Amino acid sequence: MTRRTGLFAVVAAVVAVASLQAQVTFERILRGDREPHNWLSYSGTPFNQRYSPLTQITTTNARNLELQWIWQARSLEKFEATALAVDGVLYTVQAPNDVVALDAETGRPFWTTTYAPAPEARTCCGRVNRGLAILGDTLYMGTIDAHLLALDAKTGEILWNTEVASAKDRYSITMSPLIVKDKVIVGTAGGDGPIRGQIAAFDAKTGKELWRFYTIPGPGEPGNDTWSGDSWKTGGVGVWNAGAYDPETNLAFFGTGNPAPDWDGRSRLGDNLYSDSVVALDTDTGKLKWHYQFTPHDELDYDSTQVPVLADIQFRGKPRKAMLWANRNGLMYVLDRVTGEFLHGRAYVKVNWADGFDSKGRPQRVPGMVPTKAGTVIRPHVHGATNWAPPSFSPRTGLFYVAHFENSSTVAVEGEFPRANGINPRQTTMGQINLQNFLNNEDEAYGVVRAYDPNTLEAKWEYKMADITWGGVLTTAGDVVFSGGKEGYFFALDARTGALLWKAALGGQVNAGPMTYSVNGKQYVTIAAGNSLFAFALRGDAK
Amino acid sequence: MPNARFKMQMRSRAAHLLFGSAVFAFCILTFALPATAQHETASDIEDGGRVFRQSCANCHGPDGNEIPGIDLGRGVFKTAKTDEDLVRIIQKGVPGTPMPATNMSDEQAKRVVAYLRSTAATKTSATAVGDAARGKALFEGKGGCVKCHRVNGVGARIGPDLTRIGQLRQSANLERSLVDPAAEVLPTGRFYRVVTKDGATVSGRLLNIDTFTVQMIDTKEQLRSFTKANLKEHGFIPSPMPSYKATFNTQELADVVSYLVSLKGRGTP
Repeated sequence: MTRRTGLFAVVAAVVAVASLQAQVTFERILRGDREPHNWLSYSGTPFNQRYSPLTQITTTNARNLELQWIWQARSLEKFEATALAVDGVLYTVQAPNDVVALDAETGRPFWTTTYAPAPEARTCCGRVNRGLAILGDTLYMGTIDAHLLALDAKTGEILWNTEVASAKDRYSITMSPLIVKDKVIVGTAGGDGPIRGQIAAFDAKTGKELWRFYTIPGPGEPGNDTWSGDSWKTGGVGVWNAGAYDPETNLAFFGTGNPAPDWDGRSRLGDNLYSDSVVALDTDTGKLKWHYQFTPHDELDYDSTQVPVLADIQFRGKPRKAMLWANRNGLMYVLDRVTGEFLHGRAYVKVNWADGFDSKGRPQRVPGMVPTKAGTVIRPHVHGATNWAPPSFSPRTGLFYVAHFENSSTVAVEGEFPRANGINPRQTTMGQINLQNFLNNEDEAYGVVRAYDPNTLEAKWEYKMADITWGGVLTTAGDVVFSGGKEGYFFALDARTGALLWKAALGGQVNAGPMTYSVNGKQYVTIAAGNSLFAFALRGDAK
Repeated sequence: MPNARFKMQMRSRAAHLLFGSAVFAFCILTFALPATAQHETASDIEDGGRVFRQSCANCHGPDGNEIPGIDLGRGVFKTAKTDEDLVRIIQKGVPGTPMPATNMSDEQAKRVVAYLRSTAATKTSATAVGDAARGKALFEGKGGCVKCHRVNGVGARIGPDLTRIGQLRQSANLERSLVDPAAEVLPTGRFYRVVTKDGATVSGRLLNIDTFTVQMIDTKEQLRSFTKANLKEHGFIPSPMPSYKATFNTQELADVVSYLVSLKGRGTP
């Protein structure tokens, strides 16, 4: 053996060991709470609680948070991604679809992989991406031209690239993929146009498709008769936000989008299953186990693409495997995630299109609250009470934390995009990058972070903002709630009282959820605002 | 799965990285360049290479040989016989072919020509006609290249990933890197070594460096970041890439070069 080949042999042996050490196994992803220094999936674990067991930042020292670094994306798109943290490396997306690896302590780049989506890629609401998934040492990203990419987490090399659906047919992918065992599962967005929504699973190693579930049943399948005529072919029902997974039942849960056309249901009479629903899929087969429809025959664009939050709670004195859901339609739900049983529902903002539920949990519509020629004022607004931003559940407080709008409303006009109600057309405009002057009064909607008791769905406390919010929520074992909004503030609240502990003005709108991680014993919390990612930690001498 | 669309994407990515806008299509003509150089400087040639990669390579390829009958890197054209002919074609295009006119100045066009002449002059050894399949076997076997380099997801990440190297470098450069690797180390192949204040030594391929910090992928394939204030010493070190002059014979060298040239992205050859 020559000296060189000997050296290579040693290097190769070391490499083999090192690669094993770096593997993010599915077991690690499932039990992300056991390694709180990391953040291994979109909302921390497949339960999507967006809760961290880290305790360094507390209600007493949060006032000492200070900026550690900023990473500015080369992008003029909204920054909606939540980063992953893996052993000192942050992985995030520079919109639309560039993948970036950053040093988690300094924000300095290790590598950037650029991806140019096909020119025909179309999205309804910005060329955005909400984040990556990781398994082993491979990253996964859905793209706005409806491809699924696998990248080497060490180098950014693209390992495979699978077309999930055709961008020419208006499909796109904006959600972070869901990892289940050896599969990568994604859904297709584009449901404001004439698509037929899909959720598909791919082999994580090869990108080969394993199964595909259509969110609109085909002829002969149960539910197809909830679409009149051929409307099922182009009925929309996109899937564009992170799913959840429960290993006990092997079910993956996804929220589905609105039926199309959005604001006029005359061409698609019926309940339009499985629009505006949560679908529970067997992850081995892709078969539907159960579903619950939040808004049958929706004509208000009330996508139910919120992030499903799974929690084991005491519900009315009994342990319950629950799913908590604050819906765009203004109603909040507790479901049994094993069976799909409706356990409790309640309006959490001003709602006038429904006034309760029947015994099976079907919302009871208020007569006349439909789009009309003259226009009908409907609450909440077409953008919802909350839209897609990820909420949080703290197992310490047992509370469900949601950032949302209050007092919003819309004028539903037959066959038209719903107008804002009142004199201010910018009532609940979508998130943008830059700060905008704000002139609304409280009758024209405002933003809140509220802490809800899952047993009653009543708010324990409220933190009020002047403007609405498109920001998500993070809770930690330090009993701190982090959130931010359209006004460009990032703030920390007391998880038990809602008291403001700290705030920072970031100079751009918050359109993402916060996350937290630690490196070398130091806890960081990040938030994207404008087109940048900000990292905060306690001041060096602070305790 | 890798498919035609994917290949297009990879090409588009490489094009984005290297070439920029497509101009210069279906050039030129058949003939052999005279060996005499003009009075260009090394930086003129470098500038010319940059312009070539940005404006010409998208159609002609990085080696200038992707259009049948034309091999710009080896002085094989269709009709051009002099530098002046080449400058004219670069500026005015070739009517009736996809080769468009450009807005290059005389100076810019001359630099591109100087670059083409320099690459023709440096075409090495060679001589032997390589076989990519044999080269792959040598790359993965006798050469031990996969102990540091990665191709299509196989191999180590200590050295640069070579999955797309055929899109990025010319055969002459590749051959030189194999025979005399220290002659030209691209910035993405530079190695760095740090010694922490507690005495730990870490070396690896440099990914980023700034006034206060250093990022690298170390020899254990870990992404590492260091704050310079916490280091006892740090600095560039020679690349561990060995010379294969004594390892490969002429034919083997040509085979490995052929293999590397064939690597145009995931799934190739």
